[in-house]
Amino acid sequence: MNNYETVFILTPVLSDNQMKEAVEKFKDVLKAEGSEIVNEEHWGLRKLAYPIQKKSTGFYTLIEFKSEPAVIAKLETQFRRDERVLRFLTFRQDKNFAEYAAKRRNKSTKKD
Amino acid sequence: MAANNNSEIRYLTPPTVDVKKKKYCRFKKSGIKFIDYKDPEFLKKFLNEQGKILPRRITGTSLKFQHRVAQAVKRARHLALLPYVTDLMK
Repeated sequence: MNNYETVFILTPVLSDNQMKEAVEKFKDVLKAEGSEIVNEEHWGLRKLAYPIQKKSTGFYTLIEFKSEPAVIAKLETQFRRDERVLRFLTFRQDKNFAEYAAKRRNKSTKKD
Repeated sequence: MAANNNSEIRYLTPPTVDVKKKKYCRFKKSGIKFIDYKDPEFLKKFLNEQGKILPRRITGTSLKFQHRVAQAVKRARHLALLPYVTDLMK
């Protein structure tokens, strides 16, 4: 069970509940594979540094989760198949990455 | 004659020889272990106005951390947190 972290950008064209539904869909894909979601952050609508697919803003979402390595391939095919996702990036958290994420998490919980 | 000529020469401002500031790796000094590709504000310190990565001889970071900074910047660029090329970014 490694811990992973994925960030993906949804197209801003979606309405609010479509946005939530899209995020839920990916979380269900993870849960179905028996992975445990550790943290989830919504950075909301942000301006992109350069236009992607003619759009200049995007809805950023970060999900940190623990899962088997095989699950990542499934998750990525889901990302590729879904046309609402502009871009996605998944990483395995190694030792100091995980420490950093843990520190960041309780820092953010202290904030909000 | 020549001797006092030398002393005659008065400079308006004393010739400053710039003392070579010892560059240090800010990661080793402040003990940062991991560079996060998700916060562009921190990474911007390592980019110039055009958004290009600054070389080590200017930032003074050690080789290991320069690789990590470059990798984090490229990941941030992929996620459109940082631009590939821009003008007057700061």
